[in-house]
Amino acid sequence: MLLLIAWRNIWRNKRRTLITLASIGFAVFFACIMQSMQLGSYERMIENAVRFYTGHIQVHEKGYWDDKTLDNSLEVTESLQTKLSGEADLSAYVPRIESFALASHGTLTKGVLVNGIDPIKETGLTDLQGKIVEGQYLSTPGDIMIGEGLSTYLKAAPGDTLVLISQGYHGANAAGKYRIVGTLKFPTQEMSAQAAYIMLSDAQYFFNMPNRATSLALLLDNSEAVPGVKADLTSKLDTAVYEVMDWKELMPELVQSIEIDYASGRIMLYVLYAIIAFGIFGTFLMMTNERQYEFGVMLSIGMKRRLMQGMLLLEIIMLAVLGVVMGIIAASPILAYFYLNPIHVGGEMAQAYEKMGMEPILPFSLAPEVFVNQAQVVLVMTILMAIYPLWIVGKLKVIKALRS
Amino acid sequence: MIVINAKNISKTYNPDKVPVHALNHVNLEIKKGEFTAIVGPSGSGKSTLLNIIGGLDVPTEGTIELGGEDISKFSDNELIDFRLKHIGFVFQAYNLIPVLTAEENVEFIMLLQKQSEKDRKARTVELLTKVGLKDQMNRRPSELSGGQQQRVAVARALASKPEFILADEPTANLDSHSTATLLDMMANMNEKEGATFVFSTHDQRVIDKARRVITLEDGKIVSDEVR
Ligand SMILES: Nc1ncnc2c1ncn2[C@@H]1O[C@H](COP(=O)(O)OP(=O)(O)OP(=O)(O)O)[C@@H](O)[C@H]1O
Ligand SMILES: [Mg+2]
Repeated sequence: MLLLIAWRNIWRNKRRTLITLASIGFAVFFACIMQSMQLGSYERMIENAVRFYTGHIQVHEKGYWDDKTLDNSLEVTESLQTKLSGEADLSAYVPRIESFALASHGTLTKGVLVNGIDPIKETGLTDLQGKIVEGQYLSTPGDIMIGEGLSTYLKAAPGDTLVLISQGYHGANAAGKYRIVGTLKFPTQEMSAQAAYIMLSDAQYFFNMPNRATSLALLLDNSEAVPGVKADLTSKLDTAVYEVMDWKELMPELVQSIEIDYASGRIMLYVLYAIIAFGIFGTFLMMTNERQYEFGVMLSIGMKRRLMQGMLLLEIIMLAVLGVVMGIIAASPILAYFYLNPIHVGGEMAQAYEKMGMEPILPFSLAPEVFVNQAQVVLVMTILMAIYPLWIVGKLKVIKALRS
Repeated sequence: MIVINAKNISKTYNPDKVPVHALNHVNLEIKKGEFTAIVGPSGSGKSTLLNIIGGLDVPTEGTIELGGEDISKFSDNELIDFRLKHIGFVFQAYNLIPVLTAEENVEFIMLLQKQSEKDRKARTVELLTKVGLKDQMNRRPSELSGGQQQRVAVARALASKPEFILADEPTANLDSHSTATLLDMMANMNEKEGATFVFSTHDQRVIDKARRVITLEDGKIVSDEVR
């Protein structure tokens, strides 16, 4: 009966209820769209970063991340490989060797970051092949690909030969000659000016570290699987020998910048909600004030204050829930549409995106978070605003109410 | 059996600023089954007296015993509960919960009393039939005339099987025909159900129906006649 009374009460003033619902609905609608775009772009950024280099998870020899030397490389053993391939959500794992070397061409010399890769697996993860601007992709031992910037600096083009000199595993001497087969474009100047790729087997030979790698990058089917796989690997692998790190640990700066951006977005939303809250509060006040006499009668005939407060709270919650549901219903088809057909940006924006190696689109997210957040905010907000009307009922004087 | 025993009741409004002595040392006993009218000029203290008897307001001085219990020591919550169990109220107008039908309004009070659904339904139909509104059961207050609303209010007041019913000018907003109908019905309930009524009024025709008439003037009882 209380539910029935509350339900009918909110429809006593249809116009006011509709206006209130519309304002809650609008706020939720707008907030959903905004958060969907924000979360969508974060998902995209993470996806890009993961895909671009780190993978979702990396396995290293313990201590490698803090001290990235070849001496902290790991041996790619059978048993390690079996354990990795046993992971259900794993789509690929890519062994790499990363270290520094001096590259010279003619009289020009420059420090380069040598990446020893499995060409096929690597392009499966990072689409390295798609970054070629001139020449071809790595295919045979003795090949090397270099960044455009490096190519310019060394005045070396595909067909030329580069000499690499470095120090290998446990201080071994390292030297080798490689034929440039292709040049690559990179989103940052820095990478372009120092990246060099050779085959993993070449790198193992060059650095004198057969069957070893500095890292194993794991690509999973989806990013939700990260915590599960990480936990599983941590338990399966000997943590005295290996370290298992997820992308959040691998890219703390990215995580931080996303958090800052997300927080600023939320502040904007809170401002929006605060504005709407005033309107809703007004409705609650009217709902309470114009019914003083009625409340007086209810108290007289023996309705407990608690029960009356329960009734008011039900009314308020119903309004809030209805508003939220309306907003979500209005927003979801739009979000679903843009999720499936992302907006393409044009002009300078597009160039900026492409420079960063990202597709020039504004992605939307359909993560449940987008909707749950709004529901939470509105509910918390309305319940806070309900305190005042509930308090009014709590201290209402029967006689006074009956005289109103 | 004495259901209401008001001893030496005084009520002063605004004691600090401009004191209004609404009641002056009033003593009043009401027995079970009485049909009593409280009359007197406007401002004589009728509403004040009824409110104090009904536990809606507290006297400045004196004690109220209802069914042998001293209600002056009750907390707010205990008073609400006491009213629910022992007192029926009919006000001048707008007695009903506007969003509930006549039937639901009557049933509501029994729901508050936690009576079983079967009992509730049966008594609701019985009472609404007695007040002649069986066919209007599913109407909301806004779809009923003022007289019909008052009759539903009486039915509701009776539904909780109270010791007595307090009605502050129940006919003040009614035309003479509706007044007569309501009064006949109340008198009928008094005889058939043995319900005790205490009501205030200005209306001579209503006074004529009462079996005991208490007259107030300036917050004092100036006459008390039983007919
Ligand atoms: N809340 C209040 N504050 C101050 N004075 C009040 C209050 N309520 C009533 N009074 C005063 O107390 C006196 C008695 O009022 P009360 O309402 O009991 O009279 P009444 O007999 O019911 O009058 P009426 O026939 O007009 O309804 C009046 O002088 C009135 O002005
Ligand atoms: Mg009065």
